[in-house]
Amino acid sequence: MTRINVNVDGISYTDEVEPRTLLVHYLREQLGKIGTVVGCDTSNCGACTVALDGQSVKSCTLLAVQADGGDITTVEGLAAEDGTLHPVQQAFHDHHALQCGFCTPGMMMAVRDLLQDNPDPSEAEIREGIEGNLCRCTGYQNIVRAVQAAAANLSSTGGQS
Amino acid sequence: MIPAAFDYVRPDSVAQAVSALAGAGEDAKVLGGGQSLIPVLRLRLAYPSTLIDVGRLAELRGVHDDGDAIVIGAMTTHHEVMHDALVGEHAPLIAQATETVADPQVRHRGTFGGALAHADPAGDLGAVALALDCEFVATGPSGERRIAAADFFLDYLTTALAPDELLTAVRVPKLGPGWLSHYEKFNRVAQAWSIVAVAALVHRENGSITQARIGLTNMGSTPLRAVAVEHALAGADASGEAVGAAAEHAAEGTAAPSDLSGKSDYREHLARVLTKRAVLAAAGS
Ligand SMILES: Cc1cc2nc3c(=O)[nH]c(=O)nc-3n(C[C@H](O)[C@H](O)[C@H](O)COP(=O)(O)OP(=O)(O)OC[C@H]3O[C@@H](n4cnc5c(N)ncnc54)[C@H](O)[C@@H]3O)c2cc1C
Ligand code: FES
Ligand code: FES
Repeated sequence: MTRINVNVDGISYTDEVEPRTLLVHYLREQLGKIGTVVGCDTSNCGACTVALDGQSVKSCTLLAVQADGGDITTVEGLAAEDGTLHPVQQAFHDHHALQCGFCTPGMMMAVRDLLQDNPDPSEAEIREGIEGNLCRCTGYQNIVRAVQAAAANLSSTGGQS
Repeated sequence: MIPAAFDYVRPDSVAQAVSALAGAGEDAKVLGGGQSLIPVLRLRLAYPSTLIDVGRLAELRGVHDDGDAIVIGAMTTHHEVMHDALVGEHAPLIAQATETVADPQVRHRGTFGGALAHADPAGDLGAVALALDCEFVATGPSGERRIAAADFFLDYLTTALAPDELLTAVRVPKLGPGWLSHYEKFNRVAQAWSIVAVAALVHRENGSITQARIGLTNMGSTPLRAVAVEHALAGADASGEAVGAAAEHAAEGTAAPSDLSGKSDYREHLARVLTKRAVLAAAGS
């Protein structure tokens, strides 16, 4: 077992983990943060995307020990404490950017990362930015619309994400 | 799936990493960003006894100027390479090819040196390193040595690195004036590996190509140079006709794989078409 210290959604944790524990399993099984999901076994689907030190990563393709000392944000840390949805969450809701919803946690984390790097992406840049996330239901059209809406909203409110 | 159990070591320096690697026996593996190794472990295609995590070593990260070359630390992430000013100025071919690697999440973790050490012939950076005549810096128990790109890729997933050696940096020679480049990748869906890709470097003077270096991705068990094309391009017109004629040689000396993405004759066709496109795009004609 190896000891790790991580901050997840604003709370710090010290835990013993087996080195082979994937970050996503640590989050779900040890911390109970089941908002982050596993959608594949090949590192392709992006459903498990979280932010590590501000950058989007696939938490199924990271060992928990590699995240030692890191600051992690999951989909459960997006909304404000009073429950107000994050602009990306609100835009997904408003624009019907999900059907079954399984890809949504990872998709929103990828979008949050994209808009941090590029607050005003073109449609092509949006499609490239969510290249690491697969959605089997929506055909992506409404996801792209939601990202455009979130970008507009974030830029009018000063880019707080 | 969950990987089989292993021990985990996170050394604080290259020196410590080298001695950890020497002491951990032949089943130890170096862990970089983990973007190729963790999928392999998860599918239980490998059972290392120990992982030696060098991903965060500051000594192995970042790009610096060393006179006639830029030096890219092996553990510099794809994301960092793409946005690095020295890479942009002296080796835009690397930045352009790196942008086509995987997706943003994988590029945040995966590293330049990890991708090259992994030596997947479908990986995009090997052909680029070959075309640029990069030098690989390896550090082992007996010190540091440099390996020419032409001698680095030995076979499928096999490099000239000894089991007790760490890839520490890659030296990219600066190109003089007149050199232009382009990476042309062909795949069919998002975040996919190259079915075939071509890295083209051309030196152009007054409408003709004086010299060319062409790297091929996924046309054999290692990245390859299209030597016959390079010969045919030396002194050729930078016109569609002349470049097209030279590109007809692109599949010579290759041994393209056949798999679900395409048979080898299809890849040979792609190599010719993509070589023409890459050279013309590089030459700006
Ligand atoms: C979904 C997905 C899509 C991808 N698509 C592409 C693509 O289109 N094009 C492409 O080129 N790549 C692609 N990749 C691979 C990606 O580029 C990886 O980042 C890269 O191959 C491995 O880099 P890493 O730092 O993560 O290495 P790791 O996974 O940590 O290591 C890979 C191998 O290199 C060895 N190694 C690592 N560092 C060192 C070192 N310093 N010294 C000695 N040995 C070392 C390891 O022991 C291991 O055998 C993709 C990966 C994924 C998950
Ligand atoms: S679960 Fe599919 S990429 Fe992580
Ligand atoms: S909404 Fe079902 S996978 Fe995207």
